[in-house]
Amino acid sequence: MTVFVIRRLLQAALVMIIMSLLVFGGVFLVGDPVEMLVADDADQAERQAIIKSMGLDLPFYMQYLRFIGNALQGDMGNSFVFQEPAMELILERMPATFELAIAALLIAVVIGIPLGIYAGLKADSWMSKTIMTASILGFSVPTFWVGIMMILFFAVILGWLPSTGRGDTVELFGIPVSFLTLDGLQHLILPAVNLALFKLSMVIRLARAGTREVVHQDYIKFARAKGLSTGRIIGVHLFKNIMIPVVTVLGLEFGGLIAFSVVTETVFAWPGMGKLLIDSIGFLDRPVIVAYLLFVVGLFVFINLVVDVLYSVLDPRVRLQEVKS
Amino acid sequence: MTAVHDDTNVGGAGAAKPIAEGETPFRRFLNDYAESKVAVGGAVGVAIVLLIALFGPWISPTDPYDLASVTFMDNRLHPGGTMGSGVTAMLGTDGLGRDMVSAMIYGLRISLGVGIGSGIIALLIGVSFGLCAAYFGGKVDTVIMRVVDIQLSFPAILIALVLLATLGKGIDKIIVALVLVQWAYYARTVRGSALVERRREYIEAATCLGLSKPRVIFGHMLPNCLPPLIVVATMQVAHAILLEATLSFLGLGLPVTEPSLGLLIANGFEYMMSGEYWISVYPGLALLFTIVTINVVGDRLRDVLNPRLQK
Repeated sequence: MTVFVIRRLLQAALVMIIMSLLVFGGVFLVGDPVEMLVADDADQAERQAIIKSMGLDLPFYMQYLRFIGNALQGDMGNSFVFQEPAMELILERMPATFELAIAALLIAVVIGIPLGIYAGLKADSWMSKTIMTASILGFSVPTFWVGIMMILFFAVILGWLPSTGRGDTVELFGIPVSFLTLDGLQHLILPAVNLALFKLSMVIRLARAGTREVVHQDYIKFARAKGLSTGRIIGVHLFKNIMIPVVTVLGLEFGGLIAFSVVTETVFAWPGMGKLLIDSIGFLDRPVIVAYLLFVVGLFVFINLVVDVLYSVLDPRVRLQEVKS
Repeated sequence: MTAVHDDTNVGGAGAAKPIAEGETPFRRFLNDYAESKVAVGGAVGVAIVLLIALFGPWISPTDPYDLASVTFMDNRLHPGGTMGSGVTAMLGTDGLGRDMVSAMIYGLRISLGVGIGSGIIALLIGVSFGLCAAYFGGKVDTVIMRVVDIQLSFPAILIALVLLATLGKGIDKIIVALVLVQWAYYARTVRGSALVERRREYIEAATCLGLSKPRVIFGHMLPNCLPPLIVVATMQVAHAILLEATLSFLGLGLPVTEPSLGLLIANGFEYMMSGEYWISVYPGLALLFTIVTINVVGDRLRDVLNPRLQK
């Protein structure tokens, strides 16, 4: 067990180092930060002073070490645009993104699982075929375009729901949230549904595949033979067993929701981390770009690490295989 | 499409059903495929999209890149409106006065070109690594597959964001990003089937004949790993087109001088609030049609080419 965890930790550290090198190399070396920071009319002496103060005259590895040293202390530099520490900006926007991602996840599960179970139980009915066709469509439609269409119908044509922003927020444990106010909830619906569509298709497919496998198991036949009601068989015996793959995949996919919220946030002008990234790229606000990328990559490495370790705790086969190879 | 079918001819040869007289494996594959009406429709759809893209410059009503003929006077015409040059804009014009039909045809060419081009490069790289991993095994296998596993644990869009946010815009950069995102899928797929093939007698026979390693790997092992690869390649092209459109929409993909379908949608977005829906809606429908038809074909190919599902 310890060997496994240590291996995984080392791997996570390695991935972070490679990713930080990539981001650092890309942002600081491919582009010229001096051009960005020095005024056009600056003379040679001023240029030299800025290069010196930023450490740009140092060799590459020294620059990188300096950058990592600062990053480890949570200092990713100040945003050029907001004149605030980049990391603080990201953390400020984080609750909005998480709220959106969690809302999307809930929608995917609450709607997807019943539909998937139905499609699995009555595989040949036209309703099931419609559900499955819709789920193929869900994998194919461009998220951003669906978002635009949703704005067109619900905001422009029907005028039912607002299309941009987060609406009124209230503080919950010191974190501003939208879902507790009516206005905030109205703002949340469209982006959350938009972000949920892809995962919804996936949940439907997982639940259907699980159902079709589980209904033929002996314990379902036994439950039926015992004379349990269909509702109880589906709600308890079947439901519990199809939840294993669904929960596993959704756990892994939560990070994907965070990454993909970049698109939804841009369409709906939702003030989260993803919108901040796209705006920062537009302004060439490098410290914020670097901070976002490293933050999200770090989040991912962390999620993957936790999932791996949890797996090895729950399923010893994974761990044994790993150590053997 | 024909090229893809020819490939399956080689790969599908080992399938389970007994061969009737006069029936070639390719024929059998076509018959199997045609059993699904939806799939036939999908294939026709893909063929239409490819033909439009191929013959775009000849069938397009106007040349949207010809700055001399595009005038700002024509901007945001409703569908069916007549442009200054006398041409009817069937689907309206965009904010710069370009005919939407023409802009979409040229946009489709770029979207498909980027999607298929990056797919082919990724396929070559991924297949080479995947085959080497399977053939040599041991350390080579461990290292390659660990890299693949780690990469696949990140969502494609995040990897593309990291690359494009640091490298900047441009058609070359988006292709690099798409290749880097995709190669791991090919590597994993081909390794899976190559591991099975490696233990077969014909590989042993080829090795005993003293054939060179590259010849054994690419001449003997690769053709037998093709069926799953074709399925993944089909799906990946759709995925690449979708990802490119998404990145272009975010302003990270192609430059405005070469608008793909995604960029056209993005351009239309700013006009939509004032009710000028067509600039965003129609390129989106074209994109949707392209991706859905490719996915339908890929889905059917998977069913037909998977020996386990054969009756």
